[in-house]
Amino acid sequence: MKKKRYFSRGVMFLLCLIFAVAFLLPTVLTFTNSFMSEAEIKSNYGMIFSTTTGGYVSKTVNLKFIPDQVTLEQYISGLIKSPDYLLKFWNSVMLVIPIVILQVSVASVAAYSFTRWRGKIRSGIFFFYVILMLMPYQVTLVPNYLVSSWLGILNTRWSIILPGMFAPFSVFLLTKFMRRIPYSLIEAAKVDGANEWDIFTKICLPQCRSALYSIAILVFIDYWNMVEQPLILLQDADSQPLSVFLSSINAGEIGLAFAMATVYMVPSLLLFLHGEEYLVEGIANSGSVKG
Amino acid sequence: MRKTRQKRTAEGRAERRQDFIRSLCFLFPSLAGVAVFFIVPFGVVVYYSLIDGVGSRNFVFLDNFTRLLHNSAFLTASKNTLRFSAVAVPLAVILAIVLALMLEARIPLKSQFRTFFLSPMMVPVASVVLIWQVLFNYNGTINEFLMLFGAERIDWLQSDHCQWVVLILFLWKNLGYNMILFMAGLSNIPKDLLEVADVEGASEAYKFFAIKLRYLSPTVLFVTILSLINSFKVFREVYLLTGDYPYEELYMLQHFMNNTFRSLDYQKLSAAAVIMAVVMVVLIALLFKIEDWFGKDVEG
Repeated sequence: MKKKRYFSRGVMFLLCLIFAVAFLLPTVLTFTNSFMSEAEIKSNYGMIFSTTTGGYVSKTVNLKFIPDQVTLEQYISGLIKSPDYLLKFWNSVMLVIPIVILQVSVASVAAYSFTRWRGKIRSGIFFFYVILMLMPYQVTLVPNYLVSSWLGILNTRWSIILPGMFAPFSVFLLTKFMRRIPYSLIEAAKVDGANEWDIFTKICLPQCRSALYSIAILVFIDYWNMVEQPLILLQDADSQPLSVFLSSINAGEIGLAFAMATVYMVPSLLLFLHGEEYLVEGIANSGSVKG
Repeated sequence: MRKTRQKRTAEGRAERRQDFIRSLCFLFPSLAGVAVFFIVPFGVVVYYSLIDGVGSRNFVFLDNFTRLLHNSAFLTASKNTLRFSAVAVPLAVILAIVLALMLEARIPLKSQFRTFFLSPMMVPVASVVLIWQVLFNYNGTINEFLMLFGAERIDWLQSDHCQWVVLILFLWKNLGYNMILFMAGLSNIPKDLLEVADVEGASEAYKFFAIKLRYLSPTVLFVTILSLINSFKVFREVYLLTGDYPYEELYMLQHFMNNTFRSLDYQKLSAAAVIMAVVMVVLIALLFKIEDWFGKDVEG
């Protein structure tokens, strides 16, 4: 019996190992390949991205982990020599950071309302938020487009920021966190003569600090990764975020593309390394749409 | 934090009215935004789907819908999207349960594995499509590898196999998130129940199907809904891998929407959005019903 258990545990460990390698490989490869010189990239992947310019091209594709020679050449040409990528990166930042801050702010006030007072109307509204949260882009993009064109903000970043600001996801998740704050805390504050705004800012928000952080991470990656909204709401190529622009790098600059792809994943990976526990906590709490 | 006191006096009624006003004050910014950016324009979308043109505004009832249902691009897109979801969603649920169960067992490096499995979620798809192209190109690594075993090489992205490539990318990206949800669900199962089962000599399979899965059923519901939505988002992967005009099997609903946006055919767009909203609501309601029936004796 015991032997069998050790055996099955060994199998599971091996399986996990295989999965782990498969899960890490794409990220790691992108990272290491970004330190290769253009010539090396060309000789390795020339067959795939069929560059017409000269130089040695290997007949077979060599997927390589370690560059022959580590060089920052690609980063220098991407970040310093041409302002294009930096500009697109800045576009991403200027879209995502306002959305994260505004969405979490609006949501925290609304979540307080859903936490503090209940009633038929309010739980109906909450249920509606859940349904709205579950709607795919194919449904929400058409209304967003209409409003943006009415307000004349099409092709500006506001056409993405404003709908993002009111997206119901944060409201839903934050309400779940807030409902765990013991009622006695609020009761005590009321006895001491605190008004609702004081209770919200001095009791509720400090209690939810880690929840706010985990929600901010979730909102950040969602929008950092966005493709659909900018494709439709920002027709202008110059205002596209890096997530869309990366796919339009032409075949002659694959080395550069690897470097910029790495630059783009650094902020979210750093956030992950710093806030993994919060992230896991946030995900775990999103785990049920009921109640 | 629920207020249970129900005062019947005039004073109580006044207080309740005051509470209602206060609650609306806090809710106002969010509700106003949702109304302006989602509810009102969606109402207009419904209206647009029922008229024959933004200019003439004749009421044509279901004409736009019947026309849409005869549109071959829309049908291809729906078929592809639904077929992808039908394969991807169950796999995303089952594989995530497997991962969660493995990490629940006592194996070394558990927390590291969790980090590794979760990491793809933090990597923007745009960043890894290059590697995906290297792997799945006609001259790519996967084909080189297959040829070692004497198999024919496959043109992954330009043949009927293309959905598999996107499926792998989808699972790679989403399994970690789903796994965390299942791990949270597993940790909520009462320990004594499992101990009793151990004492009674229940098999692992029995414990899983009779106990764990029952308690997990709300999580299964949620993960299914979530994966369904994410499977509708797979356009992102397809677009980044193959651009605006992919192989026909990969022509997704979002491609259809993008192309319709280009010609700004409001009637077509609105009808499509309304159909999809209805389908989503029906699917979600159905899933809720199934879950109700399946997990009814453990909730409460």
